[in-house]
Amino acid sequence: MPVLTYLEAIRQGIWEEMERDPSVFLLGEDIGAYGGAFKVTAGMLEKFGEERVIDTPISEAAIVGAAVGAALMGMRPVAEMQFMDFIACGFDQIVNMAAKMHYRWGPAVPMVVRGPSGAGVHGGPFHSQSNEMWFVHTPGLKVVMPATAYDAKGLIKAAIRDDNPVIFYEHKFLYRRIKEEVPEEDYVIPIGKAAVRREGNDMAVITYGAMVWTALEAAQELEKDGLSLEVVDLRTLLPYDEEAVLASVRKCNKVILLHEDTRTGDMAGELAALIAEKAFEDLDGPILRITAPDTPVPFSPPLEEYFLPNTRKVIEAARKLAEF
Amino acid sequence: MPTNVIMPQMGESVAEGTITKWLRKVGEPVGRDEPLFEISTDKVDAEIPSPAAGILSQILVKENETVAVNTVVGVIDGEGAAVAAPATEAEEEVPSPPAVPAAAPPPTSAASASVVTAAGGPSAPTATLEVRSSPLVRRIAQDNQVDLTQVQGTGLGGRISKKDILAYVEQRRSAAAGRATAAPAPSVQPPSATPAAVQPAPAPGTFAGPTQVVPMTPMRRQIAEHMVASKRTSAHVYTVFEVEMTKVVEARERQRGEFERRNGFKLTYTPFFVRAAVEAIRETPVINSSVDGANLVYKRDVNVGIAVALETGLIVPVIKRADEKNFLGIARAVQDLAERARTKRLSVEDVQGGTFTITNPGSFGGLFGLPIINQPQVAILGVGAIEKRPVVRDDAIAIRSMAYLSLSYDHRVVDGAVAEKFLGRIKQMLENWDEPVL
Repeated sequence: MPVLTYLEAIRQGIWEEMERDPSVFLLGEDIGAYGGAFKVTAGMLEKFGEERVIDTPISEAAIVGAAVGAALMGMRPVAEMQFMDFIACGFDQIVNMAAKMHYRWGPAVPMVVRGPSGAGVHGGPFHSQSNEMWFVHTPGLKVVMPATAYDAKGLIKAAIRDDNPVIFYEHKFLYRRIKEEVPEEDYVIPIGKAAVRREGNDMAVITYGAMVWTALEAAQELEKDGLSLEVVDLRTLLPYDEEAVLASVRKCNKVILLHEDTRTGDMAGELAALIAEKAFEDLDGPILRITAPDTPVPFSPPLEEYFLPNTRKVIEAARKLAEF
Repeated sequence: MPTNVIMPQMGESVAEGTITKWLRKVGEPVGRDEPLFEISTDKVDAEIPSPAAGILSQILVKENETVAVNTVVGVIDGEGAAVAAPATEAEEEVPSPPAVPAAAPPPTSAASASVVTAAGGPSAPTATLEVRSSPLVRRIAQDNQVDLTQVQGTGLGGRISKKDILAYVEQRRSAAAGRATAAPAPSVQPPSATPAAVQPAPAPGTFAGPTQVVPMTPMRRQIAEHMVASKRTSAHVYTVFEVEMTKVVEARERQRGEFERRNGFKLTYTPFFVRAAVEAIRETPVINSSVDGANLVYKRDVNVGIAVALETGLIVPVIKRADEKNFLGIARAVQDLAERARTKRLSVEDVQGGTFTITNPGSFGGLFGLPIINQPQVAILGVGAIEKRPVVRDDAIAIRSMAYLSLSYDHRVVDGAVAEKFLGRIKQMLENWDEPVL
């Protein structure tokens, strides 16, 4: 099996879907001749031509609006946000149009808005945000964030085939750092299903995106202390896999919720509420959250390091929870 | 096409229900609207009809399990359909139960819950409030009948962790097994060397003999909470009148045959008492009130609840607007509600909105009872057995049909004189019964 990076896996997934279905097309800033700011779409223009790989002006509102219109007309647009931070310019088209059309009058809106998010690359406050919760709080959308190359390919394919608008978050820190064997054949990862990345008994770490790897590192370290961590990768944030979350809580009885998004109104808060509501009697300790603080992502590398959760923070929290 | 069978919502505040009985086995056919299972909820017990015709292919929630409203409890495969394997896709289709807002418990029942705990006394394995543990540990303790004060906590600040209680349960189990095997050979150790350390001392007052632990049904729990809450809420005072029932008994004896022939059901004594109570309430409306903070709320309708004993508990269906019904209307309502109570066909509305309650402790021969007020009402009438007794009439001993009527009333709002006047009016009406019953 060929070894692909996370980024190459996404490219392969899109590529296969373009070959498979002529209604799939791409639009975004510099995705054609330049191959995209991160080169996700490199080679696509040459292969599929300028009618299916469209370089657009710098207007996310126009990109998303055009995608919504094309989706309504039966196409399957895949719109790239050069950075997911810029999706804010297309926000109205996503939350008030794409997300609500099926509810209001029934049409399918099969579109994907994808792009890089997340910090750890010293990108500063406009190029590092984790803004997934804007869309997790918007019924009518699906929100996906893969952590592995295998999942990245399987989930982008599922997203393109889905009849709902899907916001597809790619973690830019993982783009070229994650390499793994990815099958060349066609496969999809179902949207809405979490994956247990590591089995454990003493506590569950529920996380997604780049923090899956942080959790796995911490789990490996803590194994030396005899502490067994289970690591759950949500993969989809909306609709998230309630059963998988509850199953791990019921198994381990202690839980840490981890992500690099800021704290207030975050995914961890949602999961904590779910666990308190549905698995209260299975808890043997407090539900702990490890998140970024409520600030913009700092530009300064030392401040960014302080801002982001990391292996050390997870280990400290896990030891504290183990004592409980 | 398989059809999911869901736990229905019996009243908007009800969040969960217990399946008390499946009326079909897996693989058995069922017609649409035929009774499929019986449930018990906080409000009402009911028989639930099948949503579709077909074969009951799966039972997902077993008897005596409690699940949230809208939980899929079983699956019916359509007529002629092959036995559907539980496809994973189908499982995905199952809507997760919507977060039904849990019924805000009436303040009294919340308060009563704490009373129950505090008053639980010797039998409850508690004192947990002083023991630091976790929800999981408390559940394990309850499941295994562990008194948490006996468990050594090793967690932060002496907290009992999962590890601690599992170790305790395991130790107790092996100690018990050890005792069992050691018993036939008592000479092995002198009594003084009994390994006392391994045997957890039973909690003070705990019954040490063999027991059977049966979880309370939702109805039982509801009754328990409701009764304790009422005792705590109302200042109960009781008064008992002796009432001569001769005229009522005569009226019933004279008309019972004709009554049943005309109406198709038996003439009982209950409608006589309801009629008399409604009449008396007209003259003492405070009996039909309730307390809301610093206010007295007088209800315009007189809705009389009738306590009906069931095999598994007690339910109080309500005759709505009894003050607007004549004797026959009341008799018919009593008959209908009692019948539906026994066949579990009461709706939630049938048990709501009562303003006054009548209970009948005399049906098995009790002379009189002192019932607990059905909150938020302020009085309840207890009807004792009707029997012939020697009484003094015109300085001679005569044989008369007599009954004791008791009234429990809430002295916060009903004073003794009012209660006496009310019960006196009932007595007067029954003793001089002159209403047509047909």
